[in-house]
Amino acid sequence: MSTPTEAPERAATDAAAPTELTYRDAINAALHDALGGDESVLLMGEDVGADGGVFKTNVGLIEAFGPERVRTTPICENGFLNVAIGMSLVGMRPIVEIMFADFLPTAGDAIVNQLPKYRFMSGGQTAVPVTVRVICGGTGRFGTQHSATGESWFMHLPGLRIVTASSPGSAYSLLRAAVNDNNPTMFFEHKGLYGRKGPVTRGEIAPLGKAVVEREGSDVTIVATLLMVERALAAAESLAAEGISAEVIDLRWLRPLDLPTVRASVDKTRRLVVAEEQVHAAGWGATVVSELTIGGIDWASAPRRISLPDDIPMPYTPPLEDLVIPSAEGIAAAARASVRA
Amino acid sequence: MSDPTSAPPDRLAWYQSMVRIRLFEEKVQELFMTGQIQGTTHLCQGQEAVSVGSIGAMRPGDVQTNTYRGHGEALALGMESETAFAELMGRSAGGSGGVGGSMHLIDFSKGNIGANAIIGAGLPIAVGAAVAFQMQKKPNVALSFFGDGATNIGTFHEALNMAAVWQAPVVFIIANNLYGEYSPLRTTTPMDDLARRADPFGMPGVIVDGQDIDTVYAAVSEAVERARGGGGPSLLEMKTYRYRGHSRSDPAKYRPDGELERWKARDPIELLGAKLVDEGVIGPNDATEIRTETQAAIDAAAERAATSPFPTLEETIPYVYAD
Repeated sequence: MSTPTEAPERAATDAAAPTELTYRDAINAALHDALGGDESVLLMGEDVGADGGVFKTNVGLIEAFGPERVRTTPICENGFLNVAIGMSLVGMRPIVEIMFADFLPTAGDAIVNQLPKYRFMSGGQTAVPVTVRVICGGTGRFGTQHSATGESWFMHLPGLRIVTASSPGSAYSLLRAAVNDNNPTMFFEHKGLYGRKGPVTRGEIAPLGKAVVEREGSDVTIVATLLMVERALAAAESLAAEGISAEVIDLRWLRPLDLPTVRASVDKTRRLVVAEEQVHAAGWGATVVSELTIGGIDWASAPRRISLPDDIPMPYTPPLEDLVIPSAEGIAAAARASVRA
Repeated sequence: MSDPTSAPPDRLAWYQSMVRIRLFEEKVQELFMTGQIQGTTHLCQGQEAVSVGSIGAMRPGDVQTNTYRGHGEALALGMESETAFAELMGRSAGGSGGVGGSMHLIDFSKGNIGANAIIGAGLPIAVGAAVAFQMQKKPNVALSFFGDGATNIGTFHEALNMAAVWQAPVVFIIANNLYGEYSPLRTTTPMDDLARRADPFGMPGVIVDGQDIDTVYAAVSEAVERARGGGGPSLLEMKTYRYRGHSRSDPAKYRPDGELERWKARDPIELLGAKLVDEGVIGPNDATEIRTETQAAIDAAAERAATSPFPTLEETIPYVYAD
């Protein structure tokens, strides 16, 4: 990890040159750059300033910006998320850290009734520039109440933006985009990815609502988010050895959902697999399949999905956690079945 | 809202403001009968001194949050009657372009940064504004209006806790009208004096006669200036009463006989009116004249509001996302 006090300066001196960072350090860099570039930006949440935060994403922030702007809150998600909304109404741009996605329902009122509706109910009198940084996802052996991605839970809410980060580079540029946006944005970061390394371009702001084709292919389209993206890429690599050419899309934004990018890909491949670390029903995968098939299809085979089980909460025990979260092999099998159907 | 230099307060203006709120609410009921206002509404007749007296203690730059029973605060902060009626009628000329309705009379330009239909949500939002003022080194204060029922929801306790920990310049104002929706206070709450709920948070908890506007103003002024001076938050409990039921569909049959009459005997408008006559601020017939003039203005405002068109769906699209 770069030393925190150096981070903003380095961003200023060579913003264009990508550097190799971990996913964790990419988030740390985005926080440093966001707070360093605008004094109305602050980070708040449980233990955010203590020892770099629970997942060490916040190292150096409290030293650089002080305890007011790196504000440790009591344990009361609904209360402090509503506090962030109040701050945003009078000129601040809070980033709220939610330690585990599983805690989001505690803040259900703030997320369902306040964040997305506040501007609307006022007839557009105010913006609500709040970023909710949600630490999410399985593979960590955190058990039933600490392992959800939660990425699709709040897709039913006009007024909200929802974005997911699958790599160090996108974690940086999407978090910066979330903070820059004048609308409430839920930013999902996967705790199973914190150690991954990849190129990060300091200063880069990702475009709103754009999915990214991570690997081009011609036989089948695999759409994924978060941890499922690297597993889909690994699946595509193994499929290539079998002569199957898979295209992998990192969907990134769930609101707004980039259907045109997915549709263009499926127009080419005529096969679709959605790979989700969540229950399939009523999530982004179901929405993508619905939106692409609702008018009828002439694809080469029916769409397929691989996801968490529909009827079992996340188990703690390591062999079962590994079993229920889609693996690269599982994604490859779904894509293979799609091609050979 | 008063100017810092404008002491003593203009109590005749308070009187006029309370009369306007009373007649506005009566007109809302009438417009419901004719179908010009639909859905639901939560009226505040009887509680006018709480709204007007508290807001009298605010200074420019201060903000407040209120609730679905917020017409009193919105009007006391200076929203035009026509704008308010248009909002209740779902018309384009409403304060929120007609998409908010009765429960969301909001005007950021007047410090009215929220009218919430979720019990208790306005409290932490006010704390957030107050903490922001602290961070911005602004000399401003946030007020939060809510009812007795809100003191039983989590956000009440979460908000008071955060306000106390951060010594936020915020004043929490309970309009204790004795009923949480249809339920008498003691069937849902283990105490009569809600000001005691300040004690665990180490902040002042003050019981205030919510029918006497001079008392309301004095108590809120003290709390607001304490907050402004860095002295932290306060909880004020206004003992008051709503003359109508919880919402449009509630005939308030749960009230014991004579209770409404006892409270009406201490009507906030009558109390201030009598004082103003005694002090010679107004003549004995002025009250009637003010009422007549205000009624004419209210009727005209409602008529004008009804001429505003309904918004189109296209018109509301920019309300969803900011640029």
